[in-house]
Amino acid sequence: MISINNLHASVEGKEILRGLNLEVKPGEVHAIMGPNGSGKSTLASVLAGREDYEVTQGTVSFNGKDLLDLSPEDRAREGLFLAFQYPVEIPGVSNINFLKTAINAIREYKGEGPMEAKDFLALVKEKQKLVELDGKLAGRSVNEGFSGGEKKRNEIFQMAMLEPKLAILDETDSGLDIDALRIVANGVNKLRSPERSFIVVTHYQRLLDYIVPDVVHVLWNGRIVKSGPKELALELEEKGYDWIKAEANTVEA
Amino acid sequence: MSTATQAMTLKEQLLEKFETELPSLFGEAALRRSAAQQFEATGFPTRKWEDYKYINPDAVLKKGFGTRIAAFRDITAEDVAELSPVKDAYVFVIINGHFVPDLSFSGELPDGLTVESIADAVVSDPAAKAHYAELADSAADPFIAINTALADSGLFMHIAQDSVIERPVHFLHIATNEVSAFLQPRHLVVAETNAQAILIETFESIGPVRSFTNVLAEVVVADNAKLDHYRLQTENEAGHLLSTVQAHVSANALYNTYTFTTGGAFVRNNLNVEIAGEHAEAHLYGLYLPSGNSVVDNHTLVDHQVPNCMSNELYKGVMYDHSQAVFNGKIYVQRDAQKTNAFQNNKNILLSDDASINTKPQLEIYADDVKCSHGTSTGRMDEEALFYLRTRGIGEDNARKLLVNAFAEEVVNAVPHEELRNYIDTLIARRMGTV
Repeated sequence: MISINNLHASVEGKEILRGLNLEVKPGEVHAIMGPNGSGKSTLASVLAGREDYEVTQGTVSFNGKDLLDLSPEDRAREGLFLAFQYPVEIPGVSNINFLKTAINAIREYKGEGPMEAKDFLALVKEKQKLVELDGKLAGRSVNEGFSGGEKKRNEIFQMAMLEPKLAILDETDSGLDIDALRIVANGVNKLRSPERSFIVVTHYQRLLDYIVPDVVHVLWNGRIVKSGPKELALELEEKGYDWIKAEANTVEA
Repeated sequence: MSTATQAMTLKEQLLEKFETELPSLFGEAALRRSAAQQFEATGFPTRKWEDYKYINPDAVLKKGFGTRIAAFRDITAEDVAELSPVKDAYVFVIINGHFVPDLSFSGELPDGLTVESIADAVVSDPAAKAHYAELADSAADPFIAINTALADSGLFMHIAQDSVIERPVHFLHIATNEVSAFLQPRHLVVAETNAQAILIETFESIGPVRSFTNVLAEVVVADNAKLDHYRLQTENEAGHLLSTVQAHVSANALYNTYTFTTGGAFVRNNLNVEIAGEHAEAHLYGLYLPSGNSVVDNHTLVDHQVPNCMSNELYKGVMYDHSQAVFNGKIYVQRDAQKTNAFQNNKNILLSDDASINTKPQLEIYADDVKCSHGTSTGRMDEEALFYLRTRGIGEDNARKLLVNAFAEEVVNAVPHEELRNYIDTLIARRMGTV
C-alpha cells in the first residue's frame, strides 16, 4: 500500500523527520504514537502534501506511484485521505456541494462521469448513519459552527464518502469526549476492509481500545524507534515514553 | 468637427452645450443655470478633493469624451431580451443616455405604477414636479451639478400610495457609441406611502468606443414604503460609469440597495441615503469583482437624521489582476438620532499582487445612545482552506473558485429575488471563468 523509506522533512529550515521508515500493507491498521513534538503530525502533513513542509531526502511509494511527486489533489484522487487534527471551517461552501465536487473530481481523474444526483444523495444518507451525523449538518457550510466532535465525525463521514485506499487519522481523538470517540471509532471500524489501510496517529492509547491496530510504532525525534503488537500501546500508557527515549539513545550512542 | 472644438476641454464643451441647448431642455431653466454655474466654478474633481483622492476621475476624463452622441450600432428587441436578467420585468431602455420608448415595455402597467419620460413628467406630473432635484444638491458634487444642468432624458417611476407592484421594473442602460461620449441620464423614483416595488438598473456597454455615463437617480421612499433597488454594472472595457443615487427614506420605510460590479473600465458609485423618518431601515449590499486594469470606487453615505432607525451595510470585493478598488463608507449619526443601530462591514480578497484596495470606513456620531460598528478586512486566499479542499481531491483552480464564490455568496444570498440571484450567480461565474 505505502512504503516510506528514509524520509527526511523540514519546516522553516528545521528538520522534523529524520530518516523515517514505514511499510503498511493492504488491510492493515498501523498506529503511530509518540510524545509531543516527535513528528507525528508532520508525517501526516507530509504524506498529504502540505506545502510548508520540505522533503529533503527519502522516498514514499504509494501503490507503486511516487507519492511525493503528486499534488495534494492527485494524492487524494489516488486514494489517500487525511482526517485533519483541526478540520478547517469554510463559510459559504456547503458540505454537500463540497463533497459532490470532491467525488466528481476523483471520478473524473479515474475517467468516470459525474455521479447521478440521486445516487449521490442516497450515498450521503447511508454514510451519515455511519457516524450518526445529523442530516442538517450536511446542508450547512463545511465545519462552520460545528462542535469539536461534529468536526471529527464530519472527517470520518467524508472519508466514508470518498472511500480511500489509505486513510491517515491525525489525532482524530483529540478533544473528543468518550461518546464522540466511540462514534468516530465505530465509523472507522465499519470502514475497515482487506483493501483499505489506516495510519492512526495518536497521542493516547485510549483510541486504540476502539480501533485495534495490527502494529504500533513509536515515533521519537523524527524516526520510528520501536514497533510492536497492539500490547505496546498499553505498555506506553503505563510506563510513559521515557524508557523508549532511553532505549533509543542507547542504540544511537 | 472643427479643430477648435477638438482643443476644447470637456468642461468647456459641456458648458458650451449648456448654452446652446438650454432653451430646449426640460424643467426649470433657473435650476439648470445655477447648476451650470456651480460646475463652472468648481470644474471636475481632482485628486486634491478628499472624496476623489484615491481615484481621480479627472485623469479618466482626460482619455477624451465629447458631447456628440452617435450610436455604434442599432439596438434590437433581441438585444433587450438578452440583456434582461428577469423574464417578467417591465423593461425600459436607455440608450446612450436617452430613453427609447420603441424598445421599452409598451403594454399596460399595473394600477399604481407609472414609468414615463422624465422630460414629460416634470411638466405634467405633480409628484415629479415636487421631487425633481429636491434631493440632489449641485453644490455637493460636480457630477450632480453637470447632470442637473444638462440632463436631457431619463425616467420617472412612480408607485402610488398603497400599491404593491410584484413584477420588477428594469431600467436597461446601454452605452454604444461611434464617438466617445459623455452621457447623463437622470431618473426620479418615488414610492409613495405604503407602496412597494423592485427596481433593477443594469448598465451595459456595446462596442469598442469609450463612453462615460454620469447617471443620477433620486429616490424617494415615503412612509411605510418598501423599495428594493438593484444596480448591476457589467460594462465592457470601454465603459466608464459614475452612478449617483440620492435617496430619502421616511418613517417606517425600508430601502434595500444591491450594487454588483463585474465590469467596466471605471466605476464610481456615490450612494447617499438619508434616514429621515423614525423606524426607517436601510440595507446596503455591494459586491465588486474588478479585473484587468479596472477601477471600482464605492462611496456610501448613510445619514441618520432621526431616532430609532437602523442601517446595515455589507460590501465585499474580489480583486483580480491590476485592478484597483476603493471603499469609502461613511455613517453619520446626527445629534437627534438616538437609538440608532448602524453597522458596516467591508471585506476584500486580493487575488493578485498587483491589485490594490483602499478601504476607509468612517463613523461620525453626534448622538450618545447608539449602537454602531464598522469593520474592514483585506486578505489573500485562505491557504488552509485551499489545502483542505485539495486533500479531498478538488483541483487547485477549482478550489480557488469555490472559495471565491463562497466569499461572494454572503452578498449574493442577501438578494431576495430568486431569478435575479441566479442571474447574479451567473455573472460571477462568468467573471471567474467557470462558465
